[in-house]
Amino acid sequence: MRKFKEFIIEKFILFCGLATIFFVVLIFLFLLKQGLALFKTFSPFQFLSGKNWYPISEPAQFGILPLILGSLLVTLGAAVISIPIGIGCAVYIAEIAPSKVKEILKSGIELLAAIPSVVLGFIGMVTLVPLVKNIFHLPTGLTALSGSIMLAFMAMPTIVSIAEDALYSVPKSYKEGALALGATHWQAIYRVMLPAASSGILAAVMLGIGRVIGETMAVMMITGNAASMPHSILQPIRTLTATIAAEMGEAVAGGEHYFALFAIGIVLFIISFAINVTADLFLHKRRS
Amino acid sequence: MFRKIFLLMSAFLFLNSVHAAPPKNSIQIKGSDTMVNLAQGWAEKYMEKNPGEFIAVTGGGSGTGLSSLISGTCAIAMTSRNIKEKEIALAKQKGVNPKEIKVALDGIAVVANPKNPLSKLTIEQLGRIFSGKIKNWKEVGGIDSKIVLLSREVNSGTHVYFKEHVLRKNDPNSREEFAPEALMLSSSQAIADEISNNPSAIGYYGMGYISPKQKAVMVAKDEKSEYLSPNVENVINGKYPISRPLFFYTNGEPQRLVKKFIDFCLSKEGQDIVLKMGFVPLK
Repeated sequence: MRKFKEFIIEKFILFCGLATIFFVVLIFLFLLKQGLALFKTFSPFQFLSGKNWYPISEPAQFGILPLILGSLLVTLGAAVISIPIGIGCAVYIAEIAPSKVKEILKSGIELLAAIPSVVLGFIGMVTLVPLVKNIFHLPTGLTALSGSIMLAFMAMPTIVSIAEDALYSVPKSYKEGALALGATHWQAIYRVMLPAASSGILAAVMLGIGRVIGETMAVMMITGNAASMPHSILQPIRTLTATIAAEMGEAVAGGEHYFALFAIGIVLFIISFAINVTADLFLHKRRS
Repeated sequence: MFRKIFLLMSAFLFLNSVHAAPPKNSIQIKGSDTMVNLAQGWAEKYMEKNPGEFIAVTGGGSGTGLSSLISGTCAIAMTSRNIKEKEIALAKQKGVNPKEIKVALDGIAVVANPKNPLSKLTIEQLGRIFSGKIKNWKEVGGIDSKIVLLSREVNSGTHVYFKEHVLRKNDPNSREEFAPEALMLSSSQAIADEISNNPSAIGYYGMGYISPKQKAVMVAKDEKSEYLSPNVENVINGKYPISRPLFFYTNGEPQRLVKKFIDFCLSKEGQDIVLKMGFVPLK
């Protein structure tokens, strides 16, 4: 009887393990099936390089270049802001902060991660957007920059907690050795700890970026959603994710527009898959 | 132990299946964001008069409402535009027979910040502004400042109506589009908020959303016509150039509860609510 129980549990856990892979494959197949249907009527080259996104006109134009660039611009902005602050914060928590401060900071960061993105978007809309408008004397504050700042808040918890983990798992002897050789605390962090944890920190950065590029609600609320080619970070942009979210309700199921939104989904899937794989490679490098 | 878990799971399944079936005395209404407040107003009054009956109203846009009607997840789709050929074809394919009922009228207000000195525009000028041909307020006699265009997303009936009647001037062969620089906001309220903070912005939405924080621009059909404000009188007598009917769509002739509710909306009492909500009654 006990053996039987064991057997059942084992199989059940095996099933759970396989289920996740199974679902990912199913989702990807579904995306492919729906998204590729667009290319029966619309050329993939036009889709990726077209500069006009007019999905409900006759004939419709599905050029997603401004959307791809919009997504990349917001992500880049968020990375520039969140990476230095995130890594700095991780170093402070892992190496410098006294244990009491450390606990407070860690729970603060967990709290930051727990704020729903729609709430961050709303706060951004009423506080950050007017601020950006007034500081830069812009016609409108709904810009890529506002989106980047808000998204940086969302990427930071991921970056901090994984980078802090990476720093923590560097063997104590490294740091002790450095100090014993006469290095100052900062020299030990900068020349020994950071290089030793570098692959983990890179993984943290990649996962943070992955979170940013997939984010929808906040960017939809504060980037203005204008599908024009971005020339600067101080202008409104439209992201891939916001386009799907804003238009899915209207798209007639089985129509060209509907397929185009799924095709955007494929593009997004490929981007975040690439980011995750890169992060994974770095993580594995660290382990071996 | 396992038996307990199994029992629990089956209990959950059972509960879920009970929940999935909608109660008989409730209606789901879905669709146009323009009409959410209006339908909510009707629903509240109706439920007050008919306790035990329940009406749920959600927005999302006219297109969202119609696709829910077609997929059978709502009983009434509220829309601020006519149903499209494509949608009718799709509905027929799914065995749904959309029936159109006109329930109210709406004027689309063109709004600007109260600090903006400009007070009137022609349809022609509006078309050129929203398609991005006019980029500065001084080109239409305003201050020297870049125009910030605010538009609704493509799932909005108001977006479609504005494009067809203002940008394209009812010409089916026209290829005019909203300028790519136009900001696409997800709700009428978002446009209202942005307008009230931004002296160089211009936007449009149903006249029910006008408040003292925004200024409705007077609109004329052409330069020779009278410039008119979007108000009840001008919409009822058909003089205001950008007004439209608002519809309910049901699957086939409305039955039982749906019929009772729509009859209430069309009654004198229902049409008074229309007026109170800032829209225009049918008569």
